[in-house]
Amino acid sequence: MDKYMEMIRIRFLMMLAYRTNYYTGILIYAINIAAYYFLWSAIYGGKQTMQGMSMEQMTIYVAISWMARAFYFNNIDREIAMEIREGQVATELIRPYSYLGMKTMQGLGEGIFRLLFLSLPGLFLVALFLPLRFPTDVHTWMFFILSIAFSFIINSELNLLAGIVTFFTLNNEGLLRAKRFIIDLFSGLILPISFYPDWAQAVMKYFPFQGISYIPSMIVTESFRGQAIIDGLLFQFVWCVLLLIPIRLLWRAAKKQLVVQGG
Amino acid sequence: MFYVSVFFQYMAQYMKTKLQYRADLLVEFVSDLMSQAVNLVFLLVVFGHTSLLHGWTRDEILFIYGFFLVPYAVFGAFFNIWDFNERYIVRGEMDRVLTRPVHSLFQVILERMELESLLGGVTGMIIMVYAGARLHLSLHWYDIFLFILFVLGGALIYAGVFVALATISFWSDARTSIMPMMYNISNYGRYPIDIYHRVIRYILTWILPFAFVGVYPASYFLGKKEWYGYAFLTPIMGVIFFAIAVFLWNAGVKRYRGAGN
Repeated sequence: MDKYMEMIRIRFLMMLAYRTNYYTGILIYAINIAAYYFLWSAIYGGKQTMQGMSMEQMTIYVAISWMARAFYFNNIDREIAMEIREGQVATELIRPYSYLGMKTMQGLGEGIFRLLFLSLPGLFLVALFLPLRFPTDVHTWMFFILSIAFSFIINSELNLLAGIVTFFTLNNEGLLRAKRFIIDLFSGLILPISFYPDWAQAVMKYFPFQGISYIPSMIVTESFRGQAIIDGLLFQFVWCVLLLIPIRLLWRAAKKQLVVQGG
Repeated sequence: MFYVSVFFQYMAQYMKTKLQYRADLLVEFVSDLMSQAVNLVFLLVVFGHTSLLHGWTRDEILFIYGFFLVPYAVFGAFFNIWDFNERYIVRGEMDRVLTRPVHSLFQVILERMELESLLGGVTGMIIMVYAGARLHLSLHWYDIFLFILFVLGGALIYAGVFVALATISFWSDARTSIMPMMYNISNYGRYPIDIYHRVIRYILTWILPFAFVGVYPASYFLGKKEWYGYAFLTPIMGVIFFAIAVFLWNAGVKRYRGAGN
């Protein structure tokens, strides 16, 4: 366990060394949120509520889903793909830790860093300009924190899966890109799932994507209440566990057929 | 002339490498189409709940998006410099480029060419024809030339901003996350500029002029007279921003000392 904590710490410090890059990141995320805020204001166009959400809730939804993205987002899929392409993975595999576990921990270190140095100051900055009224109920925040932890796990698991596929295809830039678009669209980042037509919502129930952004954001806007929160968290938890199965299977097959390119 | 022949030689090499990995090429086409689908889905879903966006109809917004895709495709095909810092500065590839008797930016552009992105322009034109037909737009004979001019202007604006960002690597070799985030910002030029606060409107017009890639030139074809002035500025802004970027690039190259030994 200690060694994994150490990995989180190292990655965190590594990011800290490059923190100047994140000052611009804060600004740019803020511009992003503001632009979506204006887009949604135009979409609401004076309407009180759309799909049961007021403009006020939508503002929080947009702000939180972007700032949460800073936390759960990571590039471990690309890192794995690169390490496979460049053959580094061979040396990683003989080290005394789980390769996938290490990658996840690095992602977590990155996430914690961004949470502290990008999301929090970013939210503060946005709150200066936009009418953000956050919920005051402590329980809402506790559910949110739990939910966002699940978001990280689901997103990382999907990244690991996409990364492992590189073992078989050797170059899967296309798959990684496609995965990003699918997650942007179906996680609820750019559009709450409740806005989709009913048939699309029904289909999305069978995929893990809304566990990444939609559920935590709906919890924090208090659009989910009571049983809906529990159902949402349960949905996330089930997917966290379910996704372990394909990772296990693929990983076992991948190690067997590992081909290191070059010498 | 020399540059033209270099261009075609690179192009030939490019074709050879791409056709070597045909499956990759297909996947890239599909992923390009998906990125366009994401935005289309957003628009279509939103217009399932409202009929007007600040006075703009669904088809007008679709038309703007279709137009935006064309200069964006041209940019994506020739200015694929997202990973300039990592590929050329950190790994020292820039040293190799600089030893050759062709302008360094020209070489970098050609080495990173991705002609398959041009397919996005075709999608854009299909969307424009679809939306334009529903709007019953009438075109003049000279509109085709204006279209080409606006597309080039838009692509140059994009190129200017991203080349300028890439030159940051000459001054600081730290990893930077500006580029992917700038990509997010650039998307806002696709929506009617009047929905934004005037500060954002100002930024999108004069500082990061992405509005000139989408909404301004597109409003000319949509017959929105109030934006004509901006529409005709598109090629001029493109030339100005690209010139600034080339100037920064040259200044950066002078300062470049190479990485490592």
